Amino acid sequence: MGKVYDTAAVALDGLLFDGMTIVAGGFGLCGIPEKLIEAIRVHGVKDLTIVSNNAGVDGFGLGVLLHSRQVKKMISSYVGENKEFERQYLAGELDLEFSPQGTLAERIRAGGAGIPGFYTRTGVGTKIAEGKEHKDFAGETFILEAGIVADLAIVHAWRGDPYGNLVYRKTARNFNPNAATAGRVTVAEVEELVEPGSLDPDGIHTPSVYVQRVVLGHDFEKRIEQRTVRQREIV
Amino acid sequence: MAWTRDEMAVRAAKELKDGFYVNLGIGMPTLVANHIAEGIDITLQSENGMLGMGPFPFAGEEDADLINAGKQTITELRRTSYFSSADSFAMIRGGHMDLSILGAMEVAGNGDLANWMVPGKMIKGMGGAMDLVAGARRIVVMMEHNDKTGGIKFCATCTLPLTGSNVVDVLITDLAVFERADRRGAPFRLIETASGVTGDEVRARTGAQFT
Repeated sequence: MGKVYDTAAVALDGLLFDGMTIVAGGFGLCGIPEKLIEAIRVHGVKDLTIVSNNAGVDGFGLGVLLHSRQVKKMISSYVGENKEFERQYLAGELDLEFSPQGTLAERIRAGGAGIPGFYTRTGVGTKIAEGKEHKDFAGETFILEAGIVADLAIVHAWRGDPYGNLVYRKTARNFNPNAATAGRVTVAEVEELVEPGSLDPDGIHTPSVYVQRVVLGHDFEKRIEQRTVRQREIV
Repeated sequence: MAWTRDEMAVRAAKELKDGFYVNLGIGMPTLVANHIAEGIDITLQSENGMLGMGPFPFAGEEDADLINAGKQTITELRRTSYFSSADSFAMIRGGHMDLSILGAMEVAGNGDLANWMVPGKMIKGMGGAMDLVAGARRIVVMMEHNDKTGGIKFCATCTLPLTGSNVVDVLITDLAVFERADRRGAPFRLIETASGVTGDEVRARTGAQFT
C-alpha cells in the first residue's frame, strides 16, 4: 500500500498548492503536527486558509507560517499569545474567522462525516449568529453552521502503523482525530511507527481509512506553553 | 468588607454538589478547585478533551501531552478519560455537564453574559466560552462587582458583545451573590452579601434590577 514516507517534506510532495485550505490538529502547542508545519514552511506554499483551534506562538507551531507570510486566513476559536498574528491582523494583512471552539470541532467532524451543516445553540444572540440561518426546534432557537472539508489535513499522533491506524496520547488527542477525517488527503506524523498488528484494534482512535500518508518524526520539540507545578509536601 | 478572590472561590465552591461534572473557566474560576468541600466528589472537565483533571504535576514530572484548557501542565487521576475535541463539546453542548463557572466582563439583569471581546481592542477569541454557556446545565459567573474605575459590570443591558444571551444562573461578585430561579424571566435575587456590605451599597454599585 505504501502509506509510509521517509520525511515530512516527501509526505507532503504533490499535495501543496497556493490558495489551499489546510485543517490542522492541536490545541495550543499540544499535539500539533510540528514536523509537517515546518515542512510546509520550507516548501513556501502561500495564500493558505488554515483551520486550527489556535494559531501557534511566535516562532513555533503555526506561528512560523504566519511569520513567513504564508497564511491568508485563519479559522480559529482563540488566537492569543501571538504578537505577529496580532500585527498582521491589525494591519489588515490577515483574514480571521472566529468559530466557537465546540462549533469549530463539530464543523470539522461534520465535514469529515459528510454532513454539510448542523444547527447549534452555541452563539445564538451573539455576533457569531449574525447572517446565519436561525431555526426553532421545540421552542428553542438554533443557528446553522457549515461543515468544513479541507484540501489537506495534517495531524500528530503518538503511534501509527503502516496502514495509517493512529493512536493519540492524553490531551494531545484534541482536534487531531476530527481533523484526520476532514481532509481530502490526510497526512499524519507519528512519534512511533509500530509493526502491523501491534496496535490493539479495540484501542485505535483513527482508523486507517482516514489516513493516506504517514511519516515517522524525530526529535519532536513538544514545547510546553504554561509550565505549572506544585510543591512536594515536606514530611 | 469585600470578599477576596479566594473568598469568592470558597463561595463558588458551595455551588458544587456531590457527583457533579464541572468545567471551570480560565482565571478566577480555577481557584474554585482548591476549595471543594470534604465529602463532595467532583469530576472536572477540561474542554481540550479530558474528564477527571488532576492537580499540577510535581516539578520534573510535567508532560507536554497533558495540559488543561489554559495550556497549563496538569496530571491525571484514576478516573481520567481522554477524548477528541468534538466529543468534548458533544458532552458540553448535549447538556451532560452539570455546571460551568466562568469569569465575565459584564452580566445583565436578563442573564446575558459578555466576556470575550472589547470593540476596538485586539480580539483573542471566545475559545469554548460560547459553547459552555450554551450547553452546561447551570452557569455560575464570578467577577469583580465593579471595574477598576468603579464602572458598572452587573448592568441593565450588556454594552459589550455577548458571549451568550439569557445564560447566567448565579452571579458571585466580591460584594454579593445573586441567583435567579429560572431562565424564563425570573429576576436575579440578592441572596448574600459580604460581611459589612449593605443591600443599599450593592444597589448603588449595580445597574441591573434585582430583588
